[in-house]
Amino acid sequence: MSLLSIESISKAFGGLRAINSLNIEVDQGEIVSVIGPNGAGKTTFFNLVTGMETPDSGNIVFDGHNVVGLRPNQILELGLARTFQNVRLFPTMTVKENVMVGQHCRGKAGLIGAIFKTKSQRSEEARIEARAEEVLSFFGTRLAGYRHDQLAFVLSYANRRRLEIARAMATEPRLLLLDEPTAGMNPRETIELTELIGRLRDEKGYTIVIIEHDMQVVRNVSDRVIVLDHGEKLTEGTYDEVSTNEAVIEAYLGRPSERR
Amino acid sequence: MAQVTAPSPARPVEVELRPAPPVDLGRAARLGLIGGVAMVLVAATGIVGTFQTRLLIDPILPLGLLFLYLLAFAFGWMAGKPPAALEGFAPARANSRNLVAGALAGALGGLCVGVLAALMSTFDLRGVFVQLSPQLLEILTFGLPLGAAIIAIVAISAVAGAIGAGVHLLPVRLKRSLLPALVWVMMFALFTDLVGQLFAGLSAEFLTDFLFTGRGGALTIVGAITVFIVVFVAYWLLGGRETTLRERIEAMPRGQRTRFSLIAAAVILIILWFVPKVMGPFVSQVLDTAGIYLLMALGLNIVVGYAGMLDLGYVAFFAVGAYTGAILTSPQSPAFTPQLLLIVAIPFVMIAAALAGLMVATPVIRMRGDYLAIVTLGFGEIARILFNSEWLAPIFGGAQGITNIPDLQIGPLQLSTPQDYFYPIFLFVLIAAYVTFALQNSRWGRAWMAMREDESVAEAMGVNVVTAKLSAFVVGAVLASFGGALFGAQIGSVFPHSFDIVVSVTVLVIIIVGGMGSVPGVALGALVLIVLPNLLREFSQYQFLFYGVLLIVMMLTKPEGFIPSKRRAQELHADELSQDAWLDIYGDKPTTDATTTEPPR
Repeated sequence: MSLLSIESISKAFGGLRAINSLNIEVDQGEIVSVIGPNGAGKTTFFNLVTGMETPDSGNIVFDGHNVVGLRPNQILELGLARTFQNVRLFPTMTVKENVMVGQHCRGKAGLIGAIFKTKSQRSEEARIEARAEEVLSFFGTRLAGYRHDQLAFVLSYANRRRLEIARAMATEPRLLLLDEPTAGMNPRETIELTELIGRLRDEKGYTIVIIEHDMQVVRNVSDRVIVLDHGEKLTEGTYDEVSTNEAVIEAYLGRPSERR
Repeated sequence: MAQVTAPSPARPVEVELRPAPPVDLGRAARLGLIGGVAMVLVAATGIVGTFQTRLLIDPILPLGLLFLYLLAFAFGWMAGKPPAALEGFAPARANSRNLVAGALAGALGGLCVGVLAALMSTFDLRGVFVQLSPQLLEILTFGLPLGAAIIAIVAISAVAGAIGAGVHLLPVRLKRSLLPALVWVMMFALFTDLVGQLFAGLSAEFLTDFLFTGRGGALTIVGAITVFIVVFVAYWLLGGRETTLRERIEAMPRGQRTRFSLIAAAVILIILWFVPKVMGPFVSQVLDTAGIYLLMALGLNIVVGYAGMLDLGYVAFFAVGAYTGAILTSPQSPAFTPQLLLIVAIPFVMIAAALAGLMVATPVIRMRGDYLAIVTLGFGEIARILFNSEWLAPIFGGAQGITNIPDLQIGPLQLSTPQDYFYPIFLFVLIAAYVTFALQNSRWGRAWMAMREDESVAEAMGVNVVTAKLSAFVVGAVLASFGGALFGAQIGSVFPHSFDIVVSVTVLVIIIVGGMGSVPGVALGALVLIVLPNLLREFSQYQFLFYGVLLIVMMLTKPEGFIPSKRRAQELHADELSQDAWLDIYGDKPTTDATTTEPPR
């Protein structure tokens, strides 16, 4: 059975049909890329899956639970975390605090525990901190050492993107949704991130769905590619199948200009 | 000073620094005119006239005119200030041109006052400005004929402005001793009653007799000179050190630092123990009021500073605490009279406040920002009107309120005087401060901050925003209710009109001026906004004018508050920090106060 199965969901904003009876299956351990022209409904698709928007009709089943109608924090608790296209960190919290917020859903300590510094609260706090440091160490020296106590808004653009992934990892997800993780990165950083996405699956065992415009990245990371256009699935398949598909070339990739 | 010990990073490239631009005389003229408007306003609001009889230093320095010429001094100081060093320019050094700028600003300010004097002697302006009386004209012109008076005013203002600018020319160590000495003289002169009370409490009345013209009198010339010399010498000797106390504490090894802070805390507690005994009932009463406001401010700090929800009706929770305490303890309570001891009633007060917090928070869960502020403003007013209403008078006593609230009793101890109440209020303030610290670095503390930064992302990252909002409101409400219960017991009665919107606004201003999210900042804010106005009763008619000026000046120059939390300071001064980073490398930082932020770590 697939980890995430989306059964004919639709979403309209006023007269605009952003998503139109879309069906998608994602299996455990896969890396699936979602591509398509601007306005194809890719980010809306992420918003629907994570509960930030509610579909007008259809079902979203994650790991046997129908998540339609659940609050975003409840969906996240089931193991479905995301990053944002326009990096949305908590700017005046430190790098480590940003990641520790990700651990929030895995903790239980309440206000009373924090005020009286109970034993369980202290051990949980130590565990959250250790977990946050472990997650940050996944990025090598990029987010290490003194950066832990830097405020998030002073980070470079690429590091902000990394920190967003770290924050999502700290929620201990099973499925990770990455919204254009390489946007605005230079070629070297893009290669580094491509490797990182592979490591996320191989070492951490996450299933990954990724929205991406850089076709190099799509070719290098994905097991399967889904093409969206006008809120509908145009086609799906391996990179080679999709990149030679006439409809995809027409809608998104474009053809090389003909020689005269 | 600090720069001497800090290792200077290597200069990556040697660059030719361009000479700094000279001080801008056009700007000085503009500042002078702005200063002139301020001086005219000070005269027109009656401050000069009212305080002319109050002598700061007997018999030479009346407060009224000092106010006027202090403005000339301040604007001269601003006009003569060397500009902040820009990248590629050598740091500016003050020279005689700065003096000219200061004098120019002062003279233009004085000219405005001169024009005012001329207008006043030609027309009767009292139809519009009641305070512009012939007496004021007499004061402004020193009794001289108009022409001579204008020359005198302009000359005095120019000198005051030049002195203000001259501060920038002083060597740092001299400046660091001179200014505090002047400030201390001013404080002795302003707070005569407080100082007299302090000396009386320490049974050192001979000092009062020596420094002042009798008990309750003004500072004498000898007294002023004595205070000046003592403070100057003390600061001069301390100023010789190369590191500040703070840096030395931070340089200590961990164990020593812990021991040092423990000893410091113990010393502070011992001093505080003696404060009410030494300072007598009046000052203790003022400190009690400040303590109650501080308690509220710490509570509101959690709601606004941590969770980022602007609550303008915070006084409602204060009122709930006061009324619950009153109903449970007073024999005069209209509905039912359990006549509990306040100690026993406190848990019920907490429960009532928590319920009130939930009641206000539940309808506003889905609201953000401005909308939340307006709705809570409405709730605050609803609470006051309900307590005031005839409909609920059988429970809350309507406009008559609830009287005869018994004093706080702890075991055999019966507290009655303001001095007694200082201790329980202070204890609750300590508890509130501890709770603030404990929650700051906790799971929910981080959740609140995440929610403040970006609510939808916080929710997408697993924070249950409903619980987070409700809990922030409840914690804030409970802290305010403690203040309310103590307030009721101390005053002995509660009336609806004590729970005005002004209380909410004052508490919010305390947080903003003090430094949002920072406990020491909020404490200082309460000190400045509650203690000072109460000690300076003579100025009470101008209290809100000063509040307004203070708020505007703070928002323009130090929007993060007196003692900001580190992150807010960094956020609001990010540009300056990057500017100062350049200065650290190319060194030679000007030793003026042109750059107020600390260098990046």
